[in-house]
Amino acid sequence: MELKEKLISSFMAFEEKIDVNSDLHDVRTSAIKNFENKGFPTKKEEAWKYTSLNSILKNDFSVFPKHENAVDFAEVKKYFLHEIDTYKVIFVDGIFSSFLSSTTHDGLDVCLMSSALTKPKYKMVIDEYFNKIASKDETLTTLNTAFANEGAYINIPKSKVVEKPIEIIYFSTGKENALLVQPRNLVIVNENAHVQIIERHQSLNENPVLTNSVTEIFAQKRAIVDYYKIQNDLQSANLIDNTYIAQKNQSHASVHTFSFGGNITRNNLNFYHQGEHIDSTLKGITIIGNKQHVDHYTLVNHATPNCESHQNYKTILADSSTGVFNGKIFVEKEAQKTDAFQQNNNILLSDKATINAKPQLEIFADDVKCSHGCTIGQLDENAMFYMQQRGIPKKEAKALLMYAFSNEVIESIKIPELKQRITKIIAMKLGVNLGFDL
Amino acid sequence: MLSIKNLHASIEDKEILKGINLEVKAGEVHAIMGPNGAGKSTFASIVAGNENYNVTDGEIVLDGEDISELAPEERAHKGVFLSFQYPVEIPGVSVTNFIKTSINENRKANGKEEMPANEMLKLIREKSELLEIDRKFLSRSLNEGFSGGEKKRNEIFQMAMLEPKLAILDETDSGLDIDALRIVANGVNKLKSQNNAVVVITHYQRLLDYIIPDFVHVLMDGKIVKSGGKELAYELEEKGYDWIKNELN
Repeated sequence: MELKEKLISSFMAFEEKIDVNSDLHDVRTSAIKNFENKGFPTKKEEAWKYTSLNSILKNDFSVFPKHENAVDFAEVKKYFLHEIDTYKVIFVDGIFSSFLSSTTHDGLDVCLMSSALTKPKYKMVIDEYFNKIASKDETLTTLNTAFANEGAYINIPKSKVVEKPIEIIYFSTGKENALLVQPRNLVIVNENAHVQIIERHQSLNENPVLTNSVTEIFAQKRAIVDYYKIQNDLQSANLIDNTYIAQKNQSHASVHTFSFGGNITRNNLNFYHQGEHIDSTLKGITIIGNKQHVDHYTLVNHATPNCESHQNYKTILADSSTGVFNGKIFVEKEAQKTDAFQQNNNILLSDKATINAKPQLEIFADDVKCSHGCTIGQLDENAMFYMQQRGIPKKEAKALLMYAFSNEVIESIKIPELKQRITKIIAMKLGVNLGFDL
Repeated sequence: MLSIKNLHASIEDKEILKGINLEVKAGEVHAIMGPNGAGKSTFASIVAGNENYNVTDGEIVLDGEDISELAPEERAHKGVFLSFQYPVEIPGVSVTNFIKTSINENRKANGKEEMPANEMLKLIREKSELLEIDRKFLSRSLNEGFSGGEKKRNEIFQMAMLEPKLAILDETDSGLDIDALRIVANGVNKLKSQNNAVVVITHYQRLLDYIIPDFVHVLMDGKIVKSGGKELAYELEEKGYDWIKNELN
């Protein structure tokens, strides 16, 4: 049976387990209908022109893991930001692991989507926010919505500055031959509140995994949200990340995406402005090789006046890897005095590596500042010569240059331990030991 | 120490060096002067191993070994240092971390242990004082946002740290004000010994008031057309390069 058919029949089985007399049920039903009509995206669609899921969809994925799988903390410790204290919402094969997690209801909610979706005390919030900015049209988002029942639920009350970062990690044990997981996260950051979140998906063995994740983030007035995605998974893992962010007046939201691993990774990152003086930041570093594929598909929808957006994506491609950057900035007629900036720099280290870069600016307002720059190149030979002249061998010199190339993005990581971790991963990716932490 | 024989080099079939001969002995300072476009910087770059140029004939012998086929880093490991006319910016890598990496890579290549941290710190302190470099400067990203003068001073600081056998200073005086020039020249002079040699490449005689050459060579159109003592630099300053052109014709 093809995966699409399997999912549709699984939905019926899923319905039997859940409360069908709720509003949620209607949401799920119309979502699965949309998926049924559209199916998985193909390269014929403009938005998927450069990314094909065909090779992944051939796997016979388990949709519901058969049993709860436990993992030892020692085995996975390295994937945590263990140098500092954090809240943790951890899942193993899509199922919440209370053992690995550290949740809270004390002054803020850092807990489970499954509780939020079913317990009456969350109903008002769920009614107000759940599936409100996630697309009801984009096929993979609706597939997630249809099955949405687990993930992280984070609600930060007014004026709460959350001191500890929150880690959301999805582990796959590989105990299923092939696993499809569909995490659903909801993050609400109320007025003047401030939170930092780190999200990671990690396979623990080479069995194929497909993660189709949806995250909705609401930044209310003057809220500050910093969201970091670490994508350094095994090369058997595939990730489709759909993130939707709605921002109110004077809020600041940033998403940093560090893509170093995985087989096929697609990031659909969407920002919607619902107020004035909003600041949105989208940054990414992609360093891949072999036949890895990373696709960044970003949208910033400037619908309101006096808002800013800053995009900066750096990509280094080795071997036969492929990268895609499709950055869309949409400035509506009302969005006067918009200041939108987009930069995308790419380095190709091999003749076989490919980058498809496509800035898309659609501007309907007349008093705006929009700029974009896109470069594709090789490493600067003069800089290489300079470093080699100082006795630094070619490989290390290359690594230093690539680090320097990514530095603008690394510098904007606000959690020092995370910054250190990312630079270590980069040094590892580049295969160098420079005798100092980059 | 350095013996260059009949060096020919080209880039994309354009011949830039057309048979250069130069003998530099330990303890000596040589100046190479010449008009713009004569090939001075190319010459410096080729001795240091820039792979953009093809050495088509001749040899570069350092302490009895032909180094003309070696990679730039291998030449560096043998004690060749080039102070760049346009040093490169490396964001995110501090001056200190860069020089540490450089020193330890050089030591590693010569079969030595990494320099202990305290020794490194002491050396950095000593050499930054010699070049009157502020400590804060050392934690800045290498050359990023440095003024022309700061870049040059940083080059000489690295030279002081590495203590090369053969130092080639390519237009180190350009971009320096008179105070910086004095500091840089003083640094170079303090590093001079009977065991190393300096080749100064310059367009003007100004730097040679501070770093006094034993020999002055005039490079024109890819060849050394005239050599002499330090008085040749003064003569050039006075009469200009046309004087030599006329003399040759």
